[in-house]
Amino acid sequence: MNSLEIPIDWSSEKLISIYKKMLLIREFEQRITKDTGKIKSPLVHTYTGEEAVAVGACAAINENDYITSTHRGHGHFIAKGGDINSLMAEIYGKEGGICKGRGGSMHVADFSKNMLGANGIVGAGPPLALGVSLASKMRKEKKVVLTFFGDGAANQGMLHESMNLAAIWKLPIVFVLENNMYGWSTSVEYATFIKDLSLRAQGYGMKGFTIDGNDVIEVYSTIKEAVDFARKGGGPTLIECKTYRWDGQMTMDADKYRSTEEKEEWKKKCPIEIYKIKLIKNEVIDKTIIQKIEEETLTEIELSVKFAKKSQKPDNGTVLNDIYKNPINLGGD
Amino acid sequence: MAEETKIMRGLEAIRLAIEEEMERDESVFIIGEDIGKYGGCFFVTEGLLEKFGPERVRDTPISENAILGCAVGAAMVGMRPIAEIMFADFLTVCMEMIVNQAAKARYMYGGQINVPVTIRVPFGTGIMGAAQHSQSFESWFMHVPGLKVVIPSEARDFKGLMKTAIRENDPVIFFENKRAYYLTGEVPLDKDFTIPFGQARKFTEGEDITIVATGAMVQESRIAAAKLKEESIHCEVIDPRTLVPMDKKTILNSIEKTGKLIIVDEGCKTCSVSAEIAAFVAEEGFQYLKKRIIRINTPDVPIPYSPNLEKEIIPNAKLIQNTVKKLI
Repeated sequence: MNSLEIPIDWSSEKLISIYKKMLLIREFEQRITKDTGKIKSPLVHTYTGEEAVAVGACAAINENDYITSTHRGHGHFIAKGGDINSLMAEIYGKEGGICKGRGGSMHVADFSKNMLGANGIVGAGPPLALGVSLASKMRKEKKVVLTFFGDGAANQGMLHESMNLAAIWKLPIVFVLENNMYGWSTSVEYATFIKDLSLRAQGYGMKGFTIDGNDVIEVYSTIKEAVDFARKGGGPTLIECKTYRWDGQMTMDADKYRSTEEKEEWKKKCPIEIYKIKLIKNEVIDKTIIQKIEEETLTEIELSVKFAKKSQKPDNGTVLNDIYKNPINLGGD
Repeated sequence: MAEETKIMRGLEAIRLAIEEEMERDESVFIIGEDIGKYGGCFFVTEGLLEKFGPERVRDTPISENAILGCAVGAAMVGMRPIAEIMFADFLTVCMEMIVNQAAKARYMYGGQINVPVTIRVPFGTGIMGAAQHSQSFESWFMHVPGLKVVIPSEARDFKGLMKTAIRENDPVIFFENKRAYYLTGEVPLDKDFTIPFGQARKFTEGEDITIVATGAMVQESRIAAAKLKEESIHCEVIDPRTLVPMDKKTILNSIEKTGKLIIVDEGCKTCSVSAEIAAFVAEEGFQYLKKRIIRINTPDVPIPYSPNLEKEIIPNAKLIQNTVKKLI
């Protein structure tokens, strides 16, 4: 696809909604970075720079399709339609958070939206996605699962077990590999001996593609094809989206393993800027619309921070709730 | 009306429970290595493939994380999977799905979901399995909040507890003692026969001493108790049946009566099931104890292959009998 092309069958409204979503994720994460001192947790992982992957991928599925996420899950949560007030409150550890302050940044989940959870264990999403897609297949629901994971997870055994099983059973899964070039401080060049991680797909008899993860339209169209294929019973696909994490690994990261030049180089390939230029060139938006969207986005974020701050701390008396469905029974005979 | 029962082996009781629950609820399915065509390493699932077909009786490659990923993921979206891990020893390669996913999902996602998965695990010695096919890992899982840990010792309990496990809305790890697979017992044929978790079973009543045992050690304790009865020593043999939740009340009530406690457990001694039972009795029932608590365990050693060496380390009826006599 020509880099200036946009899908001809999309309404301006849909094209703009993609832009809004990416911008919402960007501004949300930048606000988190700015407010690190207030949030306090050193283990908050931001998605800045990778927005096109989550937004492009989630635009390619239906509302009732599923996603599994990673420790860097805010972007997936927002892209799947999660509410940012409850997301922000969760990151603040409040009762009004989507997980009532029990999970935090690494465990944000909204099961009502079929967003099945961020996950603190690298590579644990894909095996869970097997079960979700298996359930969909057994119940003949035709729902597809996108399982997001990173270049770090690409070398976990669990992922390889999952790709193999998904292939032999033709499960409706799309393996979305977000290659952001680093697993914390370890570069992908160090950690793997191949250039394109999508090559791994061949070993499991599935198709694999490596694409520009900063081009939201390319992400959308590639994933859409894989989703349609999976929905028709064709089985899984592996799609490697090459992108870059702008911030450190997480809020506590000293980030001393990447050069300023490298970071600046990637910032020139900002997924939101690239898309914005396309929309302008195709006369979908202009400066006035852009300004309005930016203002609305910032207001929305501001409101979410207010919501989070106003939300109550979880009551200490509830700390033992929800370990089991019902408190465990210690009755005798 | 008398309860209709049939005499069968432990493994057949488990099979019956699974079969009945699969008939009752379409969301129940079973997944694991060699469980379909072959019928399972210990033939627990024999005949289920023919009856329910390959969609619901799913043979997998040797990929334990993928097996449990299938089971836990499916449970998170409303199925009731049963996963078989062929030997407890293989749990080491798939702890992730149990400990960090199944056990945590309800809590860390703020109570949004149930995780109704049953993980079946044959365990224990007696088949010359040596160091990597004989272990008793049940105490590890008592340390993980969010899991329920079940360990029946004979046929009736296998059926009733398996049915409860499948109907549970929390993840259950179901330890199946290999020797107990082959013990026969009367099993109720009622399709709604279930046994609630957290209810210990008293096999014998007695005033002299309380013996708490799990898995194969229940049978050894029952044999010992029968012999001791001939010498007018009356033991109360209690099988907790579920380790989480633990029926502390039945155990403490018994010790209140007998004043003496021996715990028999096939796991290695350090940080074992017996250690936990001894600890809560010391905390909550110290005032009842007239003698020190004694734990009879396998020592902290890998399980040897040679049968005479294995026999040397695994607690048995004779050892229990002698220990009781010494204590009394």
